[in-house]
This record gives sequence, structure tokens and C-alpha cells, in this order.
Amino acid sequence: MSKRVLMKGNEVIAEAAMRAGCRFYFGYPITPQTEIMHYMALMMNKVGGTFVQAESEVAAINMVYGAAAAGGRVLTSSSSPGISLKQEGISYIAGAELPAVVVNIVRAGPGLGGILPAQGDYFQATKGGGHGDYYNVVIAPASIQELYELTVEAFNIADKYRILVMILGDGTLGQMMEPVSYRDNEPMVIPDKPWAVTGRAGRTEHNTITSIYINPDDLEAKNRELQDKYSVIKKTEVRYEGLNLEDAEIVITAYGTCSRICRNVIRQASEEGIRVGMIRPITLWPFPSEIIAEVAKSEKTKAFLDIELNAGQMVEDVRLAVNGCKPVHFYGRMGGNLPSQKEILDQIRSIHKEVSK
Amino acid sequence: MAKVSFQDDLCKGCGLCVAVCPKAIIVLDKERLNSKGYHPASCTDQTKCIGCTFCAVQCPDSVITVEK
Amino acid sequence: MAIVFQRTEGLTQKPFHYCPGCTHGIIHRIIAEVMSETGILDHTIGVSSVGCTYNNYEYFACDMVQAAHGRAPAVATGIKRVHPDKMVFTYQGDGDLASIGTAEIIHAAARGEKICTFFVNNAVYGMTSGQMAPTSLLGQVTTTSPFGRDAAVQGYPINVSEMLATLTGAVYIERVTVTDFKNIQAAKRAVAKAFRVQQQGLGFAFVEFLSTCPTNWGKEPVESLTWLKENMIPQYPLGVFKGKDLVV
Repeated sequence: MSKRVLMKGNEVIAEAAMRAGCRFYFGYPITPQTEIMHYMALMMNKVGGTFVQAESEVAAINMVYGAAAAGGRVLTSSSSPGISLKQEGISYIAGAELPAVVVNIVRAGPGLGGILPAQGDYFQATKGGGHGDYYNVVIAPASIQELYELTVEAFNIADKYRILVMILGDGTLGQMMEPVSYRDNEPMVIPDKPWAVTGRAGRTEHNTITSIYINPDDLEAKNRELQDKYSVIKKTEVRYEGLNLEDAEIVITAYGTCSRICRNVIRQASEEGIRVGMIRPITLWPFPSEIIAEVAKSEKTKAFLDIELNAGQMVEDVRLAVNGCKPVHFYGRMGGNLPSQKEILDQIRSIHKEVSK
Repeated sequence: MAKVSFQDDLCKGCGLCVAVCPKAIIVLDKERLNSKGYHPASCTDQTKCIGCTFCAVQCPDSVITVEK
Repeated sequence: MAIVFQRTEGLTQKPFHYCPGCTHGIIHRIIAEVMSETGILDHTIGVSSVGCTYNNYEYFACDMVQAAHGRAPAVATGIKRVHPDKMVFTYQGDGDLASIGTAEIIHAAARGEKICTFFVNNAVYGMTSGQMAPTSLLGQVTTTSPFGRDAAVQGYPINVSEMLATLTGAVYIERVTVTDFKNIQAAKRAVAKAFRVQQQGLGFAFVEFLSTCPTNWGKEPVESLTWLKENMIPQYPLGVFKGKDLVV
């Protein structure tokens, strides 16, 4: 049994979070994600949850830190400039190994930039963003249904590994409406949290949540523990979608909104006799390097084309995975502009011409 | 009757207890050094102690126990 | 003979790392004593901040969370919203609360968050070696006001208690000091009152402690107590700024 409704992306994220057992939301308004806040403000008390409008994104991420330390399932959401403000708190959350979900509905930058969609926060999301050696799990949905499914998964992953999971959306996904089917009973996987601060009654020791290790040997040991955790996640939590990989000569790499445009291009290209496939990363961290490397080594693959709404960020990880086997081309639009199917098809035609020589 | 005892190794020789004792019977013992390298506080004459706890209350390091 | 004073159960056994004569030690102790004596030690979660007391989660025997610089009131908000039935407090210095954390303290107070904030004002930055604080006095020599704080270029000290008193959500605000027995007992009563305010869900409670920093003031510990009395109290008068008539 399930419920099928037409909903706006931002609202689906909020609804999904509540269905996943999130009972604490802290946020600050910023376009184009404010509907997540409004939905939470309206609906949280219906499930006995707590909504707080914080004084800033900085305050919000620190409220997340506190609520997560106290054992709560907690969400905050923002957009690029606000996510920049949160980086300190995100680093602290990583160091203290707290579970949390942060949504970034990406807008065009840098600086105040514009309010239209972009993918310019890939580096910030996947390469740390804040100070120190850490990673967040980064998930990139590409449809309203995925916004639901992956938001629920985000909370489960966060609690499973005591890690921050970032949902990297963009303005298009946040604002558009599509049908979404909700499950009636969401299977919630909430582990026990004996480490959480709840008042020390019933315990022999008081719990402390900190990211401070003044002794360098202690801090190095902690860092190695974190890296071990990340190694496990890299082995077990990679998610991607592969299209037409069996006989593609040109392989597109794209995520989120860009990948939706590319789907249609693949069909058009095949009508012209050009065999195009796509690897759509769903987790940006851990990055699906293995499948890209595998496809790169295949005889059939002649070239890669990476399409992003930025000046070239994920393409660096694609190039690393391809490791010089095949040429990797890049095409990007910025400022909030989206590439048209024609622009991408032109890129494919010109690559096809080159590799057919 | 009253008595003060000092946990020598917690003392940092700050002298606050010396200054607040109304009977002026606490000194920093120049003859001794504790494990931190400070001259620890000690009572020169327990018979004069009135157990007011001024010293213990002023001590930032919980060095002093007072009995009465 | 019976013991009339000994180390409180509200503190762990770990010796404090603070400088000799630093009155943070007294303030930690009276907060710990109140928690232990009023039976809330097992039901309290404290928030450590950044400064000399960055690691006081090792000193208080209750559950503790360490917060980023200035953010303790926001962290405390998160904790209290998850555990409204537990006591939550923050312990912050003048850099943490009155400089980088001004937004967080004002808004926690304005929201009437049911937490206690213990604000230790020693008019200088300790941990980072003696810079000017928002609460440093005019003419005070610090490592970033080496010629004495000059109002023309470095502005004026901030009276946090008076400022927060303008907010309806803040229901109890008192400024105390720990220079002598009488004042320490009054400070301890203020701490107990602040926790009672939280227990009764009345709103935000705030206690500002005037404290010494012998190392960065360049004075002996006993001399520092005198300097505090003669120079800080005129700028930061002791007393209740909100909730004078509060019966808790």
C-alpha cells in the first residue's frame, strides 16, 4: 500500500525526513530551499517534533550538533552561501562523529551569486568544505521520487555510521513538482545510542561529546579511526545508475538535474547512430570510481563527456578514475543556466567525429 | 575545635587562602615544594583554626578539607 | 569532628589546568556543588565552550558536550529541545560569549530557551594569550591594545547583563563575583536560583561572574582580586538586572 501525490521537491524532502523519524529541524531561510523550512514549521508538531527558526545558518548547524549529541534524529537545510557558513559546524560534527542530515539546494555562486540552479558546490561537499581530514556522505538525487527514497536512506546511513550525510540537490529539483509514491510504514533503522548525552543517570561514567584531542598521538589515532570508517563506507555505500553501458562508445558522466537532460540526449544520439551511455553517480562521496575505471578500460568506450552546472568539478574525479585510459571531455554551464539538449548533442557529435577518425 | 588539611599536590601556591584566613594561620611553606614545583599552603597553628572555611571556599583547586 | 567542607562530587578527580589563583576554579566548583547538592547532577548536560575552559567537560561530572567558539547557546538549544526534562547549562568566557557568540547568546535569550548560561567575564582573552576582549576596560593594556584601550579606535566595553536584560525571554539575570567568602556564597545562591528558574520552565537564566586573570593582567593572584574590585566593579556593577521579584 502506498500513497501517490504530486509534490514540490523541497516539500518532499521535509516529508521524507519526518517519515524517516526526524523529529528536530533547525534552519534559516534562504532561496531556493525555504519551502523545506515552511513545511517543517507547519507539520513538525503534527508528529510531536520540534521546529526552530535559528538566527543564522551558523546557529542552525550548532543546534544540529547539540541535538545529534543528545541522540536526536535531526535535519537542517540551506543553500550554497548558507552551507559555507555551516562548514565549521560540519567539521565539528565529523570530528565528534555525530549523525546528522544536511540538505544543500545548490544555487549559482560564488558569493551571493544568483538563485537559479547550479552544481558549483561539488568540491565543497565532497572534498571536505570545512577544515581537517574528514568526509561526509554526499547523495545526489535526480528526481522527486529519489528525493524521498534517498532522504530516508540518508538518516539511516547517518545513524549507521555516525556520520553527516549531505543531500546535494539544486534549485530545479527543489522547486519542481513530480508524482511521488510514499510507503505507508517506513522501516526505520534507529540504533541504540549509548554514547549520547542524556544525563548520566543509570550510567557509571558521564558521557562527553567532543572533537578535541590535544595530544597528537590521540588525535592521530582518532583520525585513523575516522579513515577506517570511511574505508568501510567506500566499500559498501557506493550508489550509481548506469545507462547503456554495454555498448556505449561515448559515456556521459552527470548527476542530478544535468543527468535528466542527458537521458533525452542519449535517445536522440542513438537515433543518429551514436552509441551513448551514462554513468550517473548517486553517491558523490563515496564516488563510483570503480565502475568508471571498469568502463574506461573497455574496448568499446572511446571517450567520456562530463556535463555539469559549473566550471568543472566532478570531472576531476572522473579523470582520476579514468586514469588516462581514454579522453575525458567537459561541458559546463554556469550562473544558473542549464545546457540545452542541443548543446549537449553538439558536443557528442563533435566527439563522435573525432573518435571515428 | 577545627582542623584543615591540604592535598599538597593539588596546590598551586596562589596564596588566596593565605590572604583570606581571618586568623592569619595559613602560609605557603617555603621549606617544601610539591610535585608541581609550588610551595604548598599549610596551616601554621591548627589550634587557632575556627573552621570558618574561608580558605577552602576561596581555593580554586579544592585543595582544602575542613573539619569541625 | 565532622567534615564541613570537602571537594564536591560534582567535579571529577582531574586536577584543573588553570593558572594559579585563576578564579575559574572557584566558579567551576560552585556550579558543581549546586548540581550535586540539589540532586540534579545525574540529570544535567553541560556545554563547554572555547577558551581556557575548552576542556571543562573533563572537570564537571555530569554529561558534557564541547561546542565551537561562541556557539554554546545554540548547541544547548539543540540539547534542551531533545531533552526538555533535563537541566542544560553553558559555561562561556568573554571572547566566546561577548565577541564571536553575540548572536547566539542574544537569540537564545530572546527565544527564552530554558537553559542557564554561566558567563565568566575577566576582561581579557586568556587562552590565546591576553588579547583585548569586548569587556576590556578603557585604558586597559592588553596584547592587542598595547597602548591601553582607546575608545576612538577600539570602542567601549560591553555590559552583557544589562544588554540581555532588555530581552523578555531572559527572566533572571544577575552579576556576581568571587573575590571573597561573602561574594562566593552570593554567587553560589545565584547559580542555584538560575537552575531553579530552569527547573520551573520560566525562561532563560543568566549569571555573569566577574573573574580574575592573573597571568594576562600581569598581577599576582591576590593583587588581581583587588584590581577586580577597584576597576571592574565600577564598570560592571554587581546585582540583579532581571527577575528581582522572581520567587523560585
